[in-house]
Amino acid sequence: MSAFRDMKFGVIVFPGSNCDHDAYHVISKHVGQPVDFIWHKETDLSAYYAVIIPGGVSYGDYLRAGALARFSPVMKAVKEFAASGKFVFGICNGFQILCEAGLLPGALIRNAGLHFISKHVTIRTENEYTPYTNELKEGSVLSIPIAHAEGNYTCDDATFQALEENNQIVFRYCDETGEVTDDSNPNGARSNIAGICNLDRNVLGMMPHPERACEELLGSNDGRNIFRSLTASIAAAAN
Amino acid sequence: MKAKVFVTLKPSVLDPQGKAIHHSAEHLGFQQITDIRQGKYFEIALDESVNETEARAAAEKIAADVLANPVIEDYRVEIVP
Repeated sequence: MSAFRDMKFGVIVFPGSNCDHDAYHVISKHVGQPVDFIWHKETDLSAYYAVIIPGGVSYGDYLRAGALARFSPVMKAVKEFAASGKFVFGICNGFQILCEAGLLPGALIRNAGLHFISKHVTIRTENEYTPYTNELKEGSVLSIPIAHAEGNYTCDDATFQALEENNQIVFRYCDETGEVTDDSNPNGARSNIAGICNLDRNVLGMMPHPERACEELLGSNDGRNIFRSLTASIAAAAN
Repeated sequence: MKAKVFVTLKPSVLDPQGKAIHHSAEHLGFQQITDIRQGKYFEIALDESVNETEARAAAEKIAADVLANPVIEDYRVEIVP
C-alpha cells in the first residue's frame, strides 16, 4: 500500500484489549502510516485521522462485553471524533464497545451455539460505498478469521429495517461462493450480519478480524482490501 | 438503604445459556419445566443519608445507564430500607 502524506492512526488500548498489537502491526507495516497506542485514559485525539478499537476482552468482558469500556475517558473523545466525521473502526470487542456506546445500533450477544468459535469464515461485501469497502465490489468475498463467543448481532425490527433501508449492513457471513446461507452463519447473527456502519459511514464495526488477514502466512490476506480502502478514504478526506 | 436490581433479557432475545440450563435441569428429572431464562441480579448499597425516593432514582439511573443494555434487556428496581 502506498504511503500518502503522514496520516496518523491510533489504536485504543483498554485494560484487557489483546488485539491492539496486531492492529498496530498492520497499520505500521502494511498500511505504512504512523500509528500510536492510545491508552484508554487519553482524552485528546486531535493528532489522529482514524482510530481503531481493537479486539480482546476489555474489562474482562465483565457485566457484558464492551459494557464497561464505554465509560473510559477516551470514549467521550471517540464520540466527538466520530461526530466530526473522522474514522472509527471497531473490530470484534471494538464492535461490541461501539454498540454499547451507542455509536452503532444493536447489540452483540452470546453465540447461538454457545461455543467460542475461532476459525476462518467467508464474508460477503454488501455495500461497496463505504470508506472501508470502496476498493471492493458488492459481492466480493473475503476470507477473514473470527474468534468470539459473543458475536451474535441482534437488534429490534425497526432497527433492522433502518439498517437495510440505509445500506448500513456492510458485511454478511456467506459460503465460499458468496451465497448468504444459514450454514455459513457461525453465531446466529440476525440476517448473517458480520459488520455494519453508522449513517455517515465513518464508523464501522465488524466481528471478524481483518487485521489477522493481512499476511498469506496467516491464511489469508483479504483483510488488506479493507485497510487499503480506509487509507485511501482518509487521504481523500484530508485533501 | 439497599437497591436490588433485576436485569432480564427481553422476551424476543435468544437465550442459549437459559436453554442449556433447562436441559441440565431436565436431567435432574423435572419434566414439567417449559422454559428457563437467565438474568442478572445486583445489590447496590447506599449510605444512610439517602432517602427512599433518592435511592430509587439513583438505582433506576444506574440500572438504565450501566447495569442493563436497553437494546436487549429490561430491568426492575426494589428498594430495601
